[in-house]
Amino acid sequence: MNKSNSFTDAVKANLRNYSMFIMLGIIMLGFAILTNGVNVSSRNFTNIFVQNSYILVLAVGMVMVIIIGNIDLSVGSVAAFTGAISVIVYNAGVGMFFTIIITIICGLIIGAFQGYWIAYVKIPAFIVTLAGMLLFRGLTYIITNVTPITPKLDSFKQIAIGTISGNIFTITRMVEKRGKMVEQNFYLLPVIIAIIAIAIMLYFAFSERNKKIKNDFSVKPLSYFITEQVVISVLILIIGIQFANYRGIPEVFILLAITIGIFTFITKNTIFGRYIYAVGGNSRSAKLSGINSEKVTFFVHMIMGGLCGVSGILFTAYMNSALPDAGNLFELDAIAASFIGGASASGGIGTIIGAIMGGLIMGVINNGMSLMNIGANWQYVVKALVLLFAVWYDIYTRKKSGMV
Amino acid sequence: MNEYILEVKNLTKIFPGVKALDSVNFKIKKGEIHCLCGENGAGKSTLMNVVSGVYPHDSYEGKVFLHGKETNYKTVKDSEQDNLAIIHQELALSPYLSIYENIFLGHIKSKTGIINWKQLIIDSKKLLKKVGLNENPETIVSKMGVGKQQLVEIARALSKNVELLILDEPTSSLNDVESEQLLQLILELKKEGITCIMISHKLNEVMEVADSITILRDGQTICSYDCHNENITEEIIIQGMVGRDMTHRYPEQDHKVSSDTIMEVKNWSVYHPEYPDLAVVKNASFNLKKGEILAFCGPMGAGRTELMMSIFGKAYGSHCSGELYIKGEKREYHTPKDAITDGLGYVSEDRKELGLILIQSVRQNISNSSLKKLSKLGVIDKHKELEEANNFKKSLNIKTPTVEQTVKNLSGGNQQKVVLSRCLLAEPEIFIVDEPTRGIDVGAKYEIYCILEDLVKQGKSVIMVTSEMPEAIGMADRIYVMNEGKIKGQLLKGDATQEKIMTMALTGKKE
Ligand SMILES: Nc1ncnc2c1ncn2[C@@H]1O[C@H](COP(=O)(O)OP(=O)(O)OP(=O)(O)O)[C@@H](O)[C@H]1O
Ligand SMILES: [Mg+2]
Repeated sequence: MNKSNSFTDAVKANLRNYSMFIMLGIIMLGFAILTNGVNVSSRNFTNIFVQNSYILVLAVGMVMVIIIGNIDLSVGSVAAFTGAISVIVYNAGVGMFFTIIITIICGLIIGAFQGYWIAYVKIPAFIVTLAGMLLFRGLTYIITNVTPITPKLDSFKQIAIGTISGNIFTITRMVEKRGKMVEQNFYLLPVIIAIIAIAIMLYFAFSERNKKIKNDFSVKPLSYFITEQVVISVLILIIGIQFANYRGIPEVFILLAITIGIFTFITKNTIFGRYIYAVGGNSRSAKLSGINSEKVTFFVHMIMGGLCGVSGILFTAYMNSALPDAGNLFELDAIAASFIGGASASGGIGTIIGAIMGGLIMGVINNGMSLMNIGANWQYVVKALVLLFAVWYDIYTRKKSGMV
Repeated sequence: MNEYILEVKNLTKIFPGVKALDSVNFKIKKGEIHCLCGENGAGKSTLMNVVSGVYPHDSYEGKVFLHGKETNYKTVKDSEQDNLAIIHQELALSPYLSIYENIFLGHIKSKTGIINWKQLIIDSKKLLKKVGLNENPETIVSKMGVGKQQLVEIARALSKNVELLILDEPTSSLNDVESEQLLQLILELKKEGITCIMISHKLNEVMEVADSITILRDGQTICSYDCHNENITEEIIIQGMVGRDMTHRYPEQDHKVSSDTIMEVKNWSVYHPEYPDLAVVKNASFNLKKGEILAFCGPMGAGRTELMMSIFGKAYGSHCSGELYIKGEKREYHTPKDAITDGLGYVSEDRKELGLILIQSVRQNISNSSLKKLSKLGVIDKHKELEEANNFKKSLNIKTPTVEQTVKNLSGGNQQKVVLSRCLLAEPEIFIVDEPTRGIDVGAKYEIYCILEDLVKQGKSVIMVTSEMPEAIGMADRIYVMNEGKIKGQLLKGDATQEKIMTMALTGKKE
């Protein structure tokens, strides 16, 4: 086993894994130049997460659907439908907590319904979810009477705009803005949390590495490993500082981080996750290996439904009302995010982190172009080109490294 | 003119992490049958892929000369222009098209752009006659056995005016009779002046047809023999391939068969998945004792695979009838999962479609059936998983740089070892292996026989479906002979000979 191939070899071998991060970095840098740094300001940085949260949540589910070799066209309509349900339930006065639970359960039921037709009746997912797309759009119109419904109280809106700032740890300084001296807060809490997160991450990374060395398995060279950890730590710290400079950690960000964390863990470390990849890689072989591929397909679509519920709540909160036309084209954004993030249309390949990166790449582009006052028409054009380029690049590097 | 049709000089081909070919030199005389031998992963298929343009000209170092001219192929299409044809280890026909469509696919001659189907059918009839395939050209390919599909591939090659024909393990999925036919065909083609390169792990076939033999080991040419001037024996070839003597082809057998019946099947019938009225297996009854190796022999299409797969949780067929008893208790499995939970294991003969997940790593493929065992509360213990995978890599001698390698990139024989590992890791009580040594070299075959022998020594039971009669005779305690969906009879160890098996398959009688 070769333990000590050189630093550059390791970088070369792993470059592909980071291509998404690098692409995102380049795009952010490009817009920073074009917008005089406005797009990386703390305020805009926070906004990017808030504005894209409902797509990113969908992308997490969508990439799993794509990994099992299916597609879900209904997510936009289902998000609209569950969003409307959430306001209706909320206005009935059950409180925010129960509103969220009920909405997610509603999404899970819708997902289970579609999953049943796909997994057990064996109607192609494309058709079932195309029907679902029409069905739930129609039902949304029916329950909203084709007019927006507004939540009665403001706490709904808080989900989208609320932040956790931890006022006790706040440093207030005077800074100059447009010639005037104004107060600006620096919230220490996000930085503290970032440091704790880094410490936990380092602990796990090192103990994992030591265990591997003890068992005599091959590991990446130490110099490479340390560089990798330092870069990740710095990135986490930057995110923390950005939040500290604006209004603290957005609640949406915490929700996103938890969702990403849970599903990354599931796909990477659990039996269920492994089954998802196996079913997508070759469903007949998976079946002969003793995997119940119907059950796996069913649950993946059910989870997708639940995440539509989450997305519905986020979008409703962001708009502060349930719109009958909410979620229009969300499915395409979520699908594009998955493919930009390296998922394969034939199934079996894809990662949660990749899909999130894909979603952020599109989000950053949208946001940057808006800041430059470029209209939506051009945003579509650029998004289309990014999608094509990203997937081409993925196939190209795969071929080059002999993976196809 | 040059006496060599093909010359390969200092060819080196490197995949990420693997040097598949290491300055190989190789010469083929015009009009000869040249056999290429070597262990699994020696680089035989890679060498042929380079020669035929599967790997483009700039992806390797060294030179390839055809008729003395250096080749510069970018795709397989270019090599076809030079009258070179390759038939790959894994068949590449279009399953839902007919025979004649497959034959002419990709090179239909037509001046106007409109296809003259009638002419194609007439042409294909001639070709089919030449290769000795007695079928209607309009038959859909997937409805024929692998042996016949193989002949269609050859007809396809002949339709292109081939001068140099490359066959990568053409007989690995054929039974003895079909193999013999194929070899005769190759000899026939030689008379017509077609040069042929054949890769095979079946040394008796190599001895039968080869004019010369080249042996590859670890990506290097070890030696070349001229069969007409030198006295070549199978032992010499084996020694060249594995680098040592092999005195035994089968391990010593000293396992005891217990008198307890562990599995009994009564009146088992299986119906075709698309034609639910067509019985593929009719009223099969057999039993398996604890600690026994049972072999199922018979020609292709006898229904052996169908029988085993339908027992293994209805993995084949629209429906089935009959009774299954495990340790005397009646069982009904609805899915392969039920069967696995109950202690059965099945290794498919079709490793590409049914055995492996090609895009996954060796490690993942090995652990897929045993994730429950490798995890706590649904969370996989990756260290344990890696350890198990590495153990199999070592014990079965799987040739791959690391267990993280994508299975697709392994050589055919090494892929087979991965499927076996997956099943072994699940530790079944009853181990059903369908053509376990297909495409595997002599050395590795011996290793696999040892594994089977070990299993029965531990009191497990093995059912081996095989088309290689010597293997059944060498390993099995009892042999069931099947033909046309029926079990024709059984033969005991010591009593079985190839003749008896064949007579029984045809007549149902011993002599
Ligand atoms: N695309 C690829 N990427 C990486 N490694 C490869 C690739 N193709 C083949 N190899 C490696 O090259 C070596 C030679 O493979 P090859 O298929 O030529 O073996 P072979 O002699 O045909 O074996 P077998 O008898 O098992 O078919 C093997 O170690 C294999 O793992
Ligand atoms: Mg090969």
